[in-house]
Amino acid sequence: MTARSLTRVRALLLGLGGIVLVGVAWDLYASFGPDAGVQLGGVLVLPRASATAMPSVGSMFGRLLDPVASGPGSPLLLTAVIQASLVTLGVAALGWVVGIVVGLALALLMQRFRTAESALLPWVILSQTVPLIALAPLVAGLISTARVGGQAPPLWVSVAIIASYLSFFPVSVGALRGLESPERAHVDLLRAYAVGWWPTIVRLRFPASVPYLLSSLRLAAANSVVGAVVAEVAIGMDGGIGRMMLSYAQSSSGDPAKAFGPIFGAIAVGLVSAGVVALLGAALGRYRRAEATA
Amino acid sequence: MSAAVRVRGATKTFPGRGRAAGVTALENIELRVEPGQFVSLIGPSGCGKSTLLRLVADLDRPSAGSIEVFGDPAAKARVKQAYGIAFQQAGLLPWRTVAANIRLPLELHRFPPARRHARVAELLALVGLEDFADRYPDQLSGGMQQRVAIARALAESPELLLMDEPFGALDEMTRERMQGELKRIAGETGAAVVFVTHSIPEAVFLSDKVVVMSPRPGRIVDELPITLGTGSAADDVRESEAFFRQVSAVRELLHGVPGAAPRGVDLR
Repeated sequence: MTARSLTRVRALLLGLGGIVLVGVAWDLYASFGPDAGVQLGGVLVLPRASATAMPSVGSMFGRLLDPVASGPGSPLLLTAVIQASLVTLGVAALGWVVGIVVGLALALLMQRFRTAESALLPWVILSQTVPLIALAPLVAGLISTARVGGQAPPLWVSVAIIASYLSFFPVSVGALRGLESPERAHVDLLRAYAVGWWPTIVRLRFPASVPYLLSSLRLAAANSVVGAVVAEVAIGMDGGIGRMMLSYAQSSSGDPAKAFGPIFGAIAVGLVSAGVVALLGAALGRYRRAEATA
Repeated sequence: MSAAVRVRGATKTFPGRGRAAGVTALENIELRVEPGQFVSLIGPSGCGKSTLLRLVADLDRPSAGSIEVFGDPAAKARVKQAYGIAFQQAGLLPWRTVAANIRLPLELHRFPPARRHARVAELLALVGLEDFADRYPDQLSGGMQQRVAIARALAESPELLLMDEPFGALDEMTRERMQGELKRIAGETGAAVVFVTHSIPEAVFLSDKVVVMSPRPGRIVDELPITLGTGSAADDVRESEAFFRQVSAVRELLHGVPGAAPRGVDLR
């Protein structure tokens, strides 16, 4: 085994160890902590450790393998969580892709025209200061007035648009920095070759922006998952993980472990989207080479 | 036949920012480079030698005066790809292999793939990097990177090669070897070369003519034709009496520059 793969195994074990440690700490406190929590001057400083407030880690996972409801024909909680996760993942992915397209287009525009940068960048930054909760119903209202073939578009369109609203931002800012990143010598070289703006983008600026773009895409992926989950709740779209979280949390007093199902689902969606970006990064490895100094 | 480079009365002033005064980088430069001639521009830091090269390459425009490359204005010559260029930093694209870096100008100017392939193979052989075609720049030494940059500059067989301190960042051993190779390559291709350097022996060893410049504002102090006797081996040339005599002559010209003496000049 090479030293490098050994380091990888070590990192993997340490990562898993960290997760296990959090689980063990949770269970220890849930078992031995005071049921009423610890209060200092009327302020709760340590949480209640009752079975309702802190179900054990084992029961959270065990609950996944029980049916959702007691009625006959009810699917396993795990199946329901996976289905809801896939819905959210799909909508978030759509929002991610739309956000990338919009973000790249804005970055190209700002790179091409200095005035566009001065005119657009403040708005791009300002756009992210609007609270999502305020924005979601507004977007949904606007979209519902649109007519496609005589019908209002389905709710997931609004959710995807809100997800893209969060994901375009890191892409536009990161891509702009990346497009501006080539060294003077490289820009001079392309100028000496007497080629226009677009070939310079394709051969130089875009490849040079890949390292910036990859971290932007990772941020954008996380943003669009958060955006999709919050928008589902805010707009009231059924079928996704956001709605499921809300409705299960409301029944948590009777079935506390159940509410953790959709939380695990949300974590899985986040991991999958981060994994997609990591795969993309591996595929684009040669664009992340640094030039050794002479 | 028109000169490879003809500079007439070129002046370059960089405007000052805010209250700062503008800087005159070059003043009334007259320069003529014949086809096939190897000309070095030498002078202390800040004498505008790189600026002059950038004007010839049309990477900057003169404030006054005119620059012609093979009878065309510099801007037209750039569009016609009349020259190849190499910088102090090799300036290779890190995500492209050696072969792909050399191929870049051929791709941009739409050479047919078969011709590209043949030309890249030729150039790799010329700079002795046949075995490194598929390596990436970060896997090469500084000298090898510079050889790739020279091959790239030669890709379209230009009649003129512009080089801005291409060996400035190399160690002395590598530098001398690269000088020998450049001399051979320039001889084989018959291209005229304008070579910016701050090393006196380098300028004398390589050139047919050394142009000595003074700093702020950059002016041409004198031009010195170099004769070293052709055909002898590089090491013999470097140890010949003629070589030492002409190195001293250039040094004296540089020292004669008021207020410019050895500071910033590489006297190795």
